[in-house]
Amino acid sequence: MSTTAFLTDSTLCIGCKACEVACKEWNQIGQDGLEWSGYSYDNTGAVGASNWRHVKFVEEPPTPGIGGNAGDQTSWVFSSDVCKHCQVAGCLEACPTGAIVRTEFGGVFVQPDVCNGCAYCVVSCPFGVIAKNVDDGRAFKCTFCYDRQKVGLEPACAKACPTESIKFGEINQLRAEAEERLRRLEGRGIRDASLYDSTHTSVEGTHAMFILRGDSRRYNLPPNPQVPTIYQKKGWTSALVAGGLLIGGTLLAFLADGPKHSQ
Amino acid sequence: MIAKLLSRWPLIRQIRTGADGTGPEAMSARTRNLLPKTHEAQVARSICPYCGVGCGQLIYHKAGKLVSIEGDPQSPISRGHLCPKGADTFELHTHVARLDKVKYRRPYSRKWEELELEKAMDMVADRVWESRERTFQEKIDGELAMQTKAIAHLGGATLDIEENYLIKKLFTAGLGMVCLSNQARI
Amino acid sequence: MPGLGTSFGRGGATTAQQDLSNSDAILIMGSSMAENHPVGFQWVIQAREKGAKVIHVDPRFTRTSAMADIWIPLRAGSDILFLGALIHYVLENHKEFREYVVNYTNAPMILREDFRDTEDLGGMFSGWDREQEKYDPESWLYEGAPLKGGSGSSKAGHAGAGGGHAKDRGGEGQDAGNYEEDRTLEHPRCVFQVLKRHFSRYTAEIVERFCGVSQAVFFKAAEAFTAASGPEKTGAICYAVGWTQHSKGVQIIRSAAILQLLLGNIGRPGGGILALRGHASIQGSTDVPTLYDILPGYLPMPFFEADSKQFKDYVAKHSARTGLWSGFKKYFVSLMKAYYGALATESNDWGFNWLPRVTGDHSHFGYWLEMADGKLEGLFVMGQNPAVGASNGRLERSALARLKWLVVRDMVETETASFWYASPEVERGELSPDSIGTEIFLFPAAGTAEKDGTFTNTQRLLQYRNKAVDPPGDARSETWFIYHLGRRMKAKASRDAQLRNNGLRALTWDYPVQGAAAEPDVSAVLKEINGYRVADRKQLAHIKDLKEDGSTACGAWIYCGVYPADVRNRANERSPHDQLGHGWGFAWPNDCRILYNRASARPDGKPWSERKRLVWWDEENQEWTGLDNPDYEKKMPPAQPAELRRGRGTEALGGARPFTLHPDGVGWIWVPSGLKDGPLPTHYEPLESLIKNPLYDQQINPAAQKKARADNAYAESPGDPRYPYILSTYRLTEHHTAGGMSRTLSHLAELQPELFTEISPELAAELRLKHGGYATITTPRATIEARVMITPRMRPLEIDGRMLHQVGLPYHWGYRGQVTGDIVNDLLVISEEPNVRIMETKALVCNLQPGRRPRGNKEVGSAMEALP
Repeated sequence: MSTTAFLTDSTLCIGCKACEVACKEWNQIGQDGLEWSGYSYDNTGAVGASNWRHVKFVEEPPTPGIGGNAGDQTSWVFSSDVCKHCQVAGCLEACPTGAIVRTEFGGVFVQPDVCNGCAYCVVSCPFGVIAKNVDDGRAFKCTFCYDRQKVGLEPACAKACPTESIKFGEINQLRAEAEERLRRLEGRGIRDASLYDSTHTSVEGTHAMFILRGDSRRYNLPPNPQVPTIYQKKGWTSALVAGGLLIGGTLLAFLADGPKHSQ
Repeated sequence: MIAKLLSRWPLIRQIRTGADGTGPEAMSARTRNLLPKTHEAQVARSICPYCGVGCGQLIYHKAGKLVSIEGDPQSPISRGHLCPKGADTFELHTHVARLDKVKYRRPYSRKWEELELEKAMDMVADRVWESRERTFQEKIDGELAMQTKAIAHLGGATLDIEENYLIKKLFTAGLGMVCLSNQARI
Repeated sequence: MPGLGTSFGRGGATTAQQDLSNSDAILIMGSSMAENHPVGFQWVIQAREKGAKVIHVDPRFTRTSAMADIWIPLRAGSDILFLGALIHYVLENHKEFREYVVNYTNAPMILREDFRDTEDLGGMFSGWDREQEKYDPESWLYEGAPLKGGSGSSKAGHAGAGGGHAKDRGGEGQDAGNYEEDRTLEHPRCVFQVLKRHFSRYTAEIVERFCGVSQAVFFKAAEAFTAASGPEKTGAICYAVGWTQHSKGVQIIRSAAILQLLLGNIGRPGGGILALRGHASIQGSTDVPTLYDILPGYLPMPFFEADSKQFKDYVAKHSARTGLWSGFKKYFVSLMKAYYGALATESNDWGFNWLPRVTGDHSHFGYWLEMADGKLEGLFVMGQNPAVGASNGRLERSALARLKWLVVRDMVETETASFWYASPEVERGELSPDSIGTEIFLFPAAGTAEKDGTFTNTQRLLQYRNKAVDPPGDARSETWFIYHLGRRMKAKASRDAQLRNNGLRALTWDYPVQGAAAEPDVSAVLKEINGYRVADRKQLAHIKDLKEDGSTACGAWIYCGVYPADVRNRANERSPHDQLGHGWGFAWPNDCRILYNRASARPDGKPWSERKRLVWWDEENQEWTGLDNPDYEKKMPPAQPAELRRGRGTEALGGARPFTLHPDGVGWIWVPSGLKDGPLPTHYEPLESLIKNPLYDQQINPAAQKKARADNAYAESPGDPRYPYILSTYRLTEHHTAGGMSRTLSHLAELQPELFTEISPELAAELRLKHGGYATITTPRATIEARVMITPRMRPLEIDGRMLHQVGLPYHWGYRGQVTGDIVNDLLVISEEPNVRIMETKALVCNLQPGRRPRGNKEVGSAMEALP
């Protein structure tokens, strides 16, 4: 069983949102609001319980370039966000019921028949991906099309993507492709592109990687995501220290009180 | 007996297999048996109904019901891809607002009524026949015209070429209707 | 279609979408391809990744611009200025592909002495008839080309009722196989020199002043695109309704055709003009038309005019001596045999007199205005939603109220079906159900998954769909509806022996039906369209098999070969074996994926270069061969000289004339007959414009039809102070046209839930508009409201020293569906481009104010009893 991944290349994304619709069609997720946001062409906001793929629209005022007699060109960049399927996954570590599992493909899968809606996972995701469904309170996110992968099919979003901005494949092969892609982009003078895969953090790499231009925060992606459990050691130490101090203090109080008591 | 029961206790199982409760050992029967909904479905090869690109579509169906519609990877044009509209073709066919009965509105009425299909066809045939009889011009100024301008048709670019062929054949070559138009005035 | 049709011969995209990946430069103009044809756009991305320059010219910065190397914002409606300047740039800098131009275009042809250009006549060509307000195109002919028939009525431009879809039958007005030429291109009256003079004032300075594009940017684009020319390189042009929907749309496309002919980019891999069609079968519904002016295969409808009364005159008028249109009679007779079967005989002129005669403008707007005046009784609307999708929606909807009966067929209850209780006119109290006598039948239609059938896509590719499931309830295909309606009509006709019923009685209607619903067998219809031998119903394999003696029947000659045997439906073949997709579907004609591909080889039959080889002459087997099916006489040696003056048919073209539908076999830089508004493109301002035509006294296309009347009023032009902004309408990726197939769906509705208007920060500041607030937009036709989107993607342009603002409005919303909104097309005016009668939607004028529009009648919704 090979370990698989997404590579979402924002330099190829045309912002069509086919990934969002293909995902919702395959997984039969309903619409989650008919509100116009006014935020560029983005009306679905963010990845959430009822939106497992989300295309971010980064619209920026003219920067020096070309076009019109104003002599500059607007920048409009698109990138499709999704669950990162972390190597060290906060949601999975936090789940107390065993509802979240790692599949044989390396993806992180929430079992809807096991999830009890405790939402520990929600606060443990460093990317803010997993969320509670408003209807029944259970947690939902991208399944990495586990059902499709089981029979060798690619995820619905990657299949639909018209410009192959979303690639799906064996993770090491995709990494190699990403590096090759970055080299080619650099050859074309695009020097601000980089691979976003969080290998340098406690997440230890993701199964959804991105080729981005510029600061990842433009795309709502944290530069330095961390799994909450890395704070556990510190937390336990503090707890131990606090507990020790408490016991010590109590003992001290008793000791100090000792003679009086005997009186 | 007790040993057997104990061995089913997840903690023991995990200790014995070295698993940590986040892998296959934690999978429910549903998860283990999960298969795509297209599994064992029949598939019809089709084309997207939206724009003119002509993307290939695979239409999965089981027991007379649609299951899923996705791109056809063999298409030399689309290579399995679809845009958001094309990706929504399943919903296009299955959403609740789809009509499945003839709706009929009488002149000056404030409501729709339901009409039986064959009856509606008879009524439309009668309307066409009567309007054609009233308005047909076999001759204009003594010259052959063979037309009626009082019945018109609009539409075609979303229809099949066979449908367009029959519309033109019946309406123009058969009934003498000249007022035919569609979206494709380009 | 006539833009491409008159230039090259066939009214269809010259290339395939996949072939864009072979381009060295791609000019996208009049289209936001990434947004409206996202999957086709993958081939542009592929070309870009291989190093091709992608240039997007569009008033707005769209998702297409975001992917382009160069974005050029230009003033909406100034396209011919820009393209004319590109042509001027090519000619000034000798960038034309000389060998191609001399051999494969009509650049050497010498024109008549009595021709006068727009340069001489203030923006008009010679031949304008002030009284009839149309051109007599005689002076546009080649020198030495005699008028056919010699009577004035056979002049192509002069047929009053004539639509342009059938144009041009290869010089219907003239015998274009006769002409004088100068292959040095020096003769002052040769097309090349006339072209030079015609575009001499279309300069980069003019572009800067009146398109709003700086000269530096213009030159950058001009250099990038014209570099993709010559033996080793090719460039492609993609357009959509951003070009067609203008009062001079056909001439915009003509400009592109001239540019591509000069650069030698037609018929070659990576070249061509790709017309991007917005519906699944736009191309199909013109090839096999539901249009008033043509029969299948671009055969013209008979018009009510002197030279079409007799069958022989009609045939003579539309046939050509040389080229493929020499076969006109066999195409027509075969169609009549398909229509009328055994009763179509030579003695009754194959049923020619059963066909109705066209007596006027029976196009959408032509008859709709008559409907508004109460002159129509009944209307069928199938798979279209004019209440939202058509210009001047108020007039469109109000006209429906004057019908006796209306039949709507759709998958959902569209705005067109519900106008009588839910339209803005009812809301405003202008209409009430109590006063609308229209009897309405709303039939549920089958979806594409629920019926067999063929679409012809944007690249002329016929692709058959296979039915998956039955439609729900009483939903049926249009095939079913028309077949069973026809059955009823024929039954009535069989009891009525009036003259008018002879054609109906003769009409062949014996399609086999299947299943409980008695669904006609669609493949039987496709077989008829393909054509068969009458005697034994053997399917025809090739256009060459058609006969003019009534022994063959064929529903659309251009589609002949799609069903070459009883058991072989090529539209349903799904085994592609090369990049052009041979083995998958069937491209008309003869499965040629790139039209005029003889031009991919030099006159001597060898490829222009190894890199750009496509079709070439195989010396060994003495035939044309290559990577595509040759769009040429397969066995015609390249050295075979043309015999244009005496010869007949395609043989007369010899071995080096790739545009075989034209009687002279070459691409037409100059269109001697077939267009109603001139042999060359000329810049005219939009019907409503903020500025005066910078080049000529003539302000607008003189041949355009304004259809002005009280309920279809225009702003003053130029420069109506009440309407100071330029208005453009367009589509979004997330919706489909009038919304019936997208606003009804949750997954699309949520992506673009509300109507908005796109406005530059500068205009917003001027008008104190707030992002996310409302704006009210007004034209002489309507007032609507939209949410305000302030974006740097919109920008004012400096036009002749003045800042002009452009306002963008996507047009998908209406009063039905999951998301609703005001109808943008209500703002537009009904107008007609002269050749195809399309409306102007991309360049109008409007006013804009902050805030919501005034509400109408307060009794909204009270017009209706509880609805089921």
